[in-house]
Amino acid sequence: MKKIIIALVMVAMSGLVNAAGMKIHLDEANIDLADKASLQRGAKLFVNYCLNCHSANFMRYNRMGKDLGLTDKQVEDNLMFTTDKVGNPMGIAMKTTEGEKWFGTTPPDLSVIARAKGSGDEGANWLYTYFRSFYVDDSRPFGMNNTVFKDVGMPHVLWELQGEQKLLNTDDVAKGAKPEFALTSTGSMTIEEYDEAARDLTNFLVYTGEPSKLERLALGPWVLLFLVLFFFVAYAMKKDYWRDIH
Amino acid sequence: MSMLEKTLGWVDDRFPLTKMWKEHLSEYYAPKNFNFWYFFGSLALMVLVLQILTGIWLTMSYKPDADMAFASVEFIMRDVEWGWLIRYLHSTGASAFFIVVYLHMYRGLMYGSYKQPRELIWLFGMFIYLALMAEAFLGYLLPWGQMSFWGAQVIVNLFAAVPFVGPDLAVWIRGDFVVGDATLNRFFALHVIALPIVLLGLVVAHIIALHEVGSNNPDGVEIKKNKGADGIPLDGIPFHPYYSVKDIVGVVVFLFFFALVVFYMPELGGWFLEKDNFVPANPLQTPEHIVPLWYFTPFYAILRAVPPMFGSQFPGVLAMGLAIVFLFLLPWLDRSPVKSIRYRGAIYKFALAVFIISFIALGRLGTLPAGGIYLTLSQIFSILYFAFFILMPWYTVIDKTKPVPERVTFK
Repeated sequence: MKKIIIALVMVAMSGLVNAAGMKIHLDEANIDLADKASLQRGAKLFVNYCLNCHSANFMRYNRMGKDLGLTDKQVEDNLMFTTDKVGNPMGIAMKTTEGEKWFGTTPPDLSVIARAKGSGDEGANWLYTYFRSFYVDDSRPFGMNNTVFKDVGMPHVLWELQGEQKLLNTDDVAKGAKPEFALTSTGSMTIEEYDEAARDLTNFLVYTGEPSKLERLALGPWVLLFLVLFFFVAYAMKKDYWRDIH
Repeated sequence: MSMLEKTLGWVDDRFPLTKMWKEHLSEYYAPKNFNFWYFFGSLALMVLVLQILTGIWLTMSYKPDADMAFASVEFIMRDVEWGWLIRYLHSTGASAFFIVVYLHMYRGLMYGSYKQPRELIWLFGMFIYLALMAEAFLGYLLPWGQMSFWGAQVIVNLFAAVPFVGPDLAVWIRGDFVVGDATLNRFFALHVIALPIVLLGLVVAHIIALHEVGSNNPDGVEIKKNKGADGIPLDGIPFHPYYSVKDIVGVVVFLFFFALVVFYMPELGGWFLEKDNFVPANPLQTPEHIVPLWYFTPFYAILRAVPPMFGSQFPGVLAMGLAIVFLFLLPWLDRSPVKSIRYRGAIYKFALAVFIISFIALGRLGTLPAGGIYLTLSQIFSILYFAFFILMPWYTVIDKTKPVPERVTFK
């Protein structure tokens, strides 16, 4: 009976992955939250390219600096353009009504965007693939579309880094195939450099999604170790008390 | 006499402290043959305490305001000392509560713990389950994410399906024409004050009723029928220290798995924290797939399995309600002379297996889009779910039972 139930639960859990219909192809981001240099490069990209239309209202500059190994002074001099107090959150000057007028929709706050796009690695993979999947599409207002986020309202902000690319297998992508792109004009980065930049930016957004994640993962083993040790104590105590019960 | 004894004597003259300690712990005689399934009652109590404590600390920083709620949860995760831990303990605790309660109820089904003379224990337990569902539903609105908002919208709209008074009833519940600030505020009040009080009261009643008649056991033998010269059941052992030390082991094992989730996968792949709930509530944008949290999905599947009749969704709502009402009636539907599955015949074992399979399958189907094969399957499993109850008075009578031993056994 017990085994049947466990087996059924496993079956019920396993099939859920494809619950929400057709899956979009996502590349593996392979980010490393412990890589501070990567996070710092990601932060630089974020404040220069994203933090004009998108806010990160739940992320404070000084908390970011502390976690990324930067002093308040370094943050103020290099990363802080939109406020004068390092304890402030990463807000923007653009009003939501303006965003709606210019892009058709308000650019969302990006504090927890990595978590909104999927749990586990899925959110990171989504962002990493998204940054690298803009392609030329003349039917769109900004001349660009995206295979991960169809008819996205955002222009390809990183085009001067990546260059422009076209989509080679439009029909297959509609059926869920992996998209294939070809550069039509080069940017200031090579393909490898741009992938690395996309990875850094993804890393940073995963970090802002949950700044306490590293702390959580670092504390976990100690809690589990304590519980394992305590188990032996508790079990020995139970055995001792129950010696004479038959 | 020591100072401590004197103080205790002083208290005992005015309040039955020692008497209560004896009645409920040191001289409460529980059967000595409890197995694995008997951990989940004490675990449910522990999770309740955990939820109340973490809930109090969350309340210190949470803002029940439609403009601030989402941000306040994120500030708890970032700016409040240990806020992330408190929040994950609470969000994981909610799902853990249902896991232990479902296993606790399954134990009752296996060993006939609801049967005479324990009908009231079962009823109090069912009311706890109802209050718990309400508590979880109300609490899920508070983070004010997309799934909070649309989940609440869908559930409140169920009330709108009630004939005649439905739409007015839904407005009355929401305090607005859509789920809004007024709804959030009242759900907060109910979540942090009203339902916890109800839950605690019911838990006390559940335990008092249990201690009045005594615990059942995997053999379904009444241990009070065989008492020693001292009036103590021969197969009974004092709850404290025997089961208190045993339950500590259960608590440690439970906490190990609990900590695995809290520290390594607090979202549990979207099962405990859904990705859509990291998007602030937006009344103008419906998520593509609205799914209630996993512990409601069996009933959600039953709701969707019933087609609308006379242009009304009410039959589905009624079926969902009946699915829970039947659980209440279990003590009177089961007419078997034996309690435990160990001494029941093949028919009950088969019926219970079908019921458990149906419940899990419905839970799974409730997370999938309704339509096509999924709808047909939901309908089949809904029928099987109800058949377990409706046919019970008949199959429990014709089922061949085995003789129940005089004394409890260790298996």
